[in-house]
Amino acid sequence: MKRTISVTVNGKKSSHDVEPRLLLVHYIRDTLGLTGTHVGCDTSNCGACTIMMNGRAVKACTLLAVQADGAQLQTVEGLANNGDLHPIQQGFWEEHGLQCGFCTPGMMMTALELLRRHPDPTETQIREGLEGNLCRCTGYQHIVNAIQNAAGKLRGVPARK
Amino acid sequence: MAVSKIFGASIRRREDPRLITGQATYTDDLRLPGMVHACIVRSPHAHARIVEIDVEAARRHPGVVAVFTGRDIAGKLNPIPTAWLIPNSDLKTPPHPALAVDRVRYAGDGVAVVVAEDPYSARDAAALVRVEYAPLPAVVNQEQAVQSGAPQLHAEAPNNVAFTWKLAGGDANAAFAEAERGGVVVRQRFLNQRLIPNAIEPRSVVARYTSGSGDLTVWYTTQNPHIARFLMSVVTGIPEHKIRIVAPEVGGGFGSKIPFYADEAVVAFCARATGRPVKWTEERRENYQATIHGRDHITDLEIAARGDGTITGLRGKTWANLGAYLSTAAPGVPTILHGLMLTGCYTIPNIAYEVVGVFTSTTPVDAYRGAGRPEATFLIERMVDRIAGRLGMDPAEVRRKNFIRAEQFPYTTAEGLSYDSGNYAPALDKALDLIEYSRLREVQRQGPKDNRYLGIGLSTYVEICGLGPSAVAGAVGFQGGLWESATVRLHPTGKATAFTGASPHGQGEETTFAQLVSDELGLPIDDIEVVHGDTGAISMGWGTYGSRTTVVGGAAIALASRRVRDKAAKIAAHMLEAAEGDLAFEQGRFSVRGSPARSKTIQEVTLQAYLAWNLPAGVEPSLEASAYYDPSNFTFPFGTHAAVVKVDADTGQVELRRYVAVDDCGRVINPLIVDGQVHGGLVQGIAQALHEAAAYDANGQLLTGSMADYAVPRARMFPRFVTARTETPSPHNPIGVKGVGETGTIASTPAVVNAVLDALRPFGVTHIDMPLTPERIWTAIQKSAAPPAEARRQGAQQKDRR
Repeated sequence: MKRTISVTVNGKKSSHDVEPRLLLVHYIRDTLGLTGTHVGCDTSNCGACTIMMNGRAVKACTLLAVQADGAQLQTVEGLANNGDLHPIQQGFWEEHGLQCGFCTPGMMMTALELLRRHPDPTETQIREGLEGNLCRCTGYQHIVNAIQNAAGKLRGVPARK
Repeated sequence: MAVSKIFGASIRRREDPRLITGQATYTDDLRLPGMVHACIVRSPHAHARIVEIDVEAARRHPGVVAVFTGRDIAGKLNPIPTAWLIPNSDLKTPPHPALAVDRVRYAGDGVAVVVAEDPYSARDAAALVRVEYAPLPAVVNQEQAVQSGAPQLHAEAPNNVAFTWKLAGGDANAAFAEAERGGVVVRQRFLNQRLIPNAIEPRSVVARYTSGSGDLTVWYTTQNPHIARFLMSVVTGIPEHKIRIVAPEVGGGFGSKIPFYADEAVVAFCARATGRPVKWTEERRENYQATIHGRDHITDLEIAARGDGTITGLRGKTWANLGAYLSTAAPGVPTILHGLMLTGCYTIPNIAYEVVGVFTSTTPVDAYRGAGRPEATFLIERMVDRIAGRLGMDPAEVRRKNFIRAEQFPYTTAEGLSYDSGNYAPALDKALDLIEYSRLREVQRQGPKDNRYLGIGLSTYVEICGLGPSAVAGAVGFQGGLWESATVRLHPTGKATAFTGASPHGQGEETTFAQLVSDELGLPIDDIEVVHGDTGAISMGWGTYGSRTTVVGGAAIALASRRVRDKAAKIAAHMLEAAEGDLAFEQGRFSVRGSPARSKTIQEVTLQAYLAWNLPAGVEPSLEASAYYDPSNFTFPFGTHAAVVKVDADTGQVELRRYVAVDDCGRVINPLIVDGQVHGGLVQGIAQALHEAAAYDANGQLLTGSMADYAVPRARMFPRFVTARTETPSPHNPIGVKGVGETGTIASTPAVVNAVLDALRPFGVTHIDMPLTPERIWTAIQKSAAPPAEARRQGAQQKDRR
């Protein structure tokens, strides 16, 4: 029996009839066609599917679409503002915070949450904040640099270095 | 060699804007009209006879389009071949059916495929496929698999032996006899544990067959689309010219996306049989079972040295676990890519080594991140430390004493390779300097604080990269060439497109190759597009693996660019009414020497090349050139890595405090990208030392079958790495590069293990199998001859007893 849900994704309202078992990440990818959010595992370990739901980072592979009914969602496609890259995107680009790019959308959404909690994070806070996101390419160091860079931009201070 | 500000610049990657905005297209992002979804039914048993498969309930399930079993496709798909037929090894190549017909040989072996209108229905129906199995005994361990009475996997391979490969150079027995008389011999069994690649993007395939034209197009997660096209043709019988393979954005490979998998052929079969585009994307659990694993060697090794630390011989035998079937490159990994690098960066004149490749009822094993070379480097670097320990020498000095010296290059090793260039001592010195080696040794002499023991570990490595000369590939049985193609095409408006047969998937060559073209032709980097990963656009290529893309593919790009420049120079000379030899080319401008006002930009020349109103005699219109670069030798990057750990003797916990990587990968095109390559490899290599291991139970069930069970490393496990470089260009590579994709992985595992065992020297512990978990370290300390209190008194400078 399908259920009707309404969500606001990146500021745009959508309403669909969905199976109760439909995962939120599949709703975002397949129903809404927003394929920037990725699926890397089926045990909520890798974090590639991380999005913002009502202002908090969540793993969209571990939520059902029906649980998001009425929610405000933000995905990687909603990070830039009218074509202007978000400071986190700029940080990842400037610091070579990505290689294959598959984990990157989830990393950036986690960084958004991390910097909300810790606007001036220590390196340890960043590394611990990335506990739920796996990257097999970068060795994490440039991701840490990217988040430090973004933190500086968001606080209005020049990038470290 | 043109050198500009672009070559060597840490410019931001050009592939990033699409990746950081969610606009990139990975295979699973594709949606074709009419597309249906496949789900592969896999064996839960490691070894069993298939008694019966009942697909009726699955066929009746709503939304199901088709169900096929191994019997349905038998005869319609050829067996999945291996592509590395190592010579002189009595290699057995038992057939590997795309779907099992009457027998499954590992947990994860495909037995049927369900195609349905949506992925959820496909999964539901797959659960309705009823397979009756008659379980057979499994064998997981390669040493047990070759014993008489072990379960037999393939009739073609008695005792499960796939091959026996031998390597000999010099006279190892004489070296050992001498060492037994008056030197030192160390013997050790090493386990190089099985690892699971875990590219964060699972494998995915979208196949479309157009019956009218007979064309098959397959988008998929491959590191080598042209090899995939060839093998797809072999397996499906569809002619090669009717097949187009596209590697869209590929989310990491690390070797696991080199092989041609049965699944890819099955999906192509489904597309042809149903007349609908078919998508299949593996789940992570499936990835753990059905995507190749890496490493898994058992090695008995002996090393011989004189009393002064001069290493004279290496002798050993490795049992390499190949899993249930021979994956695409599997036979070459534990032999050619492993055995030939065993003596490392040392002048060890005598070697005798044997590798037995063994079938077991486990997931197939193939090339993974370093592929054979990390295993070799681990062995020699551990053994050098053991020699140092036995002789009471500093491990750095034993290394220095045995280094191939700078003046000895090109150097022919006991294994028969010719190392192109090297200068090992400066890299060692730099690493010792950066890690503050002397100071740390002094701190170490003062004894532990709070029962936390300081350890310093070194790894001086050399690796074989830039695969490779095609004649050598042929001589060692690789069923392909290893040259690379490039086409550089200038467009009438002066913009350029560069096509490469390599297939990068995160390594950043859209940027570094644009840097090369810009460097050679003086074009603004933003005017250059780099195209890769599409057999429809690129004539031929061999893909991305073995740190070959920049070395071989980049060289081809540079050579093609130079050919474009040469043709442009002819046209420019004609336009300027000057002799070609009188022209200078700088910053994208041809000018007449002595009268710089007479000049034409490459863009002006390009336009004339296309208009062709007034070309010099014998010059054809257009401006593009191709190069097919076949290297004359491999490249041999090297360096020294140093790790500092503290081991808590009460808990066995290791804290990696510092890590220094000094790498020499020849000339560096983009330092930022090179650092990124090193960092990624370090995390993999360090995780093998301390965290990662695949585990099976005796029945062949994978115990580490998900990211919740397998220790994929996380950010907090690592300190900030210090990277540095020395630069020794490859003398034979047109751009002087050597490759850097795997150095971090290859060097770091022994550096960290050496550091931990250095910390444990007061306890007399000389060996612990990887991964060095707290439990294993704690147990080794408890079993050690020296109790902690005594160990503290003795300090770290005595000779090892074993």
